[in-house]
Amino acid sequence: MLAREAARAALIGYLPAGFPSVDGGISAMLAMVEAGVEIVEIGLPYSDPTMDGPVIQAATGAALSRGVTTRDVLRTVEAVAATGVPTLVMSYWNPVERYGVTAFARDLAAAGGAGTITPDLPPEEAEPLLAATAEVGLDPVFLVAPSSSDARIARVAEVSRGFIYAASLMGVTGARSTLGAQAAGLVSRVRAISDTPVGVGVGVGTPAQAAEVAGFADGVIVGSALVSALVDADRAGDDPGAAAAAVRGTVAALATGVRSGRAGPRPLPSGSAW
Amino acid sequence: MTSAGTVGRTPEDLLPGGPLPDSAGHFGRFGGRFVPEALFAALDGLTAAYAAARDDPAFAAELDGLLTAYAGRPTPLTDAARLSAHVGGARILLKREDLAHTGSHKINNVLGQCLLARRMGKSRVIAETGAGQHGVATATACALLGLDCVVYMGEQDTRRQALNVARMRLLGAEVVAVAAGSRTLKDAINEAMRDWVATVGTTHYCIGSVMGPHPFPMLVRDFQRVIGVEARAQVLDRTGRLPDAVVACVGGGSNAMGIFHPFIADPSVRLVGLEAGGDGVSTGRHAAAIAGGAPGVLHGMRTFLLQDADGQTQVSHSISAGLDYPGIGPEHAWLHETGRATYRVVDDREAMDALRTVARLEGILVAIESAHAFAGAFDLARELGPDAVVVVNCSGRGDKDVDTAARWFDLLDHS
Repeated sequence: MLAREAARAALIGYLPAGFPSVDGGISAMLAMVEAGVEIVEIGLPYSDPTMDGPVIQAATGAALSRGVTTRDVLRTVEAVAATGVPTLVMSYWNPVERYGVTAFARDLAAAGGAGTITPDLPPEEAEPLLAATAEVGLDPVFLVAPSSSDARIARVAEVSRGFIYAASLMGVTGARSTLGAQAAGLVSRVRAISDTPVGVGVGVGTPAQAAEVAGFADGVIVGSALVSALVDADRAGDDPGAAAAAVRGTVAALATGVRSGRAGPRPLPSGSAW
Repeated sequence: MTSAGTVGRTPEDLLPGGPLPDSAGHFGRFGGRFVPEALFAALDGLTAAYAAARDDPAFAAELDGLLTAYAGRPTPLTDAARLSAHVGGARILLKREDLAHTGSHKINNVLGQCLLARRMGKSRVIAETGAGQHGVATATACALLGLDCVVYMGEQDTRRQALNVARMRLLGAEVVAVAAGSRTLKDAINEAMRDWVATVGTTHYCIGSVMGPHPFPMLVRDFQRVIGVEARAQVLDRTGRLPDAVVACVGGGSNAMGIFHPFIADPSVRLVGLEAGGDGVSTGRHAAAIAGGAPGVLHGMRTFLLQDADGQTQVSHSISAGLDYPGIGPEHAWLHETGRATYRVVDDREAMDALRTVARLEGILVAIESAHAFAGAFDLARELGPDAVVVVNCSGRGDKDVDTAARWFDLLDHS
């Protein structure tokens, strides 16, 4: 999915399914792909998103009150995966467990999905997901954080496929004015333990931040900055076309940032920033 | 060896350890840690700090001293003779947590956790609160120990419980009204977790019930266990035998777990928890996670919870803000599944009737939460017959609920 030896880092874009509507969400994701996103994370809206900041809460809360279901999320995956980009579902654990772990993996794979990202499912509790995803060839992605010990990083690396999701800072999703100084150090700690590619997200929102992350990671994950464009359009009562255009513009700028970030993978000086 | 003023408890009794949960926080298939990776280091740190504190006689002695000289323990066991007559003769004994400092059992847990926070070098404590009882208790302990305190409270609850908001502010705490989601307790917990992810270096999250990710269900149980340790000794002393039943209300379930736990190894003692039935379980407007929910994952734990077909949490309903929560502590889920405890449902009307009965027959104005336990105890006492001994955990006092009760019973003059 992500490659350590790629010429440059990949741009990974997150949007939740069902916002501003199921079809409107699909349009925005397709616009995101056209504008340069190379991997798509589709959020499954959840009633208690403890890892999300206000922007994603606003979008997923609206999606739920507008009636989005897990089946709608899978339909969204199908539409986006049809473009050929790797498409993952990012979900809190309870909706997956309620759907049935085996059934969810089967239906996600059937929809063309590439993997799962489960931010509140630790490796210790992941055995059913690991079995179900292995069965149908999906990549389960797990997270590391700046507070993770090397032992925990090793545990996460052992179970992650596709890539490892590194949270750039200690906190919830949402754009920040400056990138956490811990991000580069975290990536170098992961690389010391694992060959699996590393994507960096949480708090990455501007082209300059994307460029910075592209300088040390294999993937640059952007969520709230894209969702923000959709939320603003929804509040302004814009039509889906205008919302998609707003997303397209944001992605194009981020993609430029990522491309300017680096010409190839380069190891960080040891001990930097950590 | 018994320290001054204690009843049947020693500092060593307070924090006993035991086989459950396992090292990953499981009670059977329940419990565990379903949280973002960023919190694992803090949970591991808390687990280690608690283990060290538990092995440190100085910690137990300090906690014991505060429970005695500050919180007013031991709380009495009151013979409720007129209630006994009301239910046909069974002896009703009340464990009087309503007489503890701040008016409920919540003080037991916060003193333990805030001492632990100070021991870990944390200068800031955050908490969630529904009705405000845990928030007030946390603000109290923070004032006593010189810790900064921030309490998250659903916006809807800050309006329903305005007096407790003022109490917390008087005690020096910052109260944050949470406008996200359903604006109630579950959303206050979400917001507290979001705060904690970003502040774990300096902050302890003082969870108010036997819920959340490991080690909280164990930690809160152990700090509340003092209720049952005292009650067991008191009832043996008073009656010469073990009770036939121990009865408590259950929201998250900390007062129930506290009084149940020391009786778990006594097979003759029935443990009965009362969930809040709201308008009735059949209406869908209730807070009975075991009677009307299904196993799932919420707030870091696997347990029974109210959820829809897609696994979205459903909003709970109860006249009692303290029981108005869509989940239940994982050890209760385990006690239910193994059959060691049974869980019944008391609806709003039954609870309010019981509240009035206790007030009129015993002169005790109990919290609406506790009134659920009384309603369940009346039924159980009638079932068990006149020779039975039933202990009811009177978990809190009802001053905070006078406004609700006045409206429910139409007690105010209309001019």
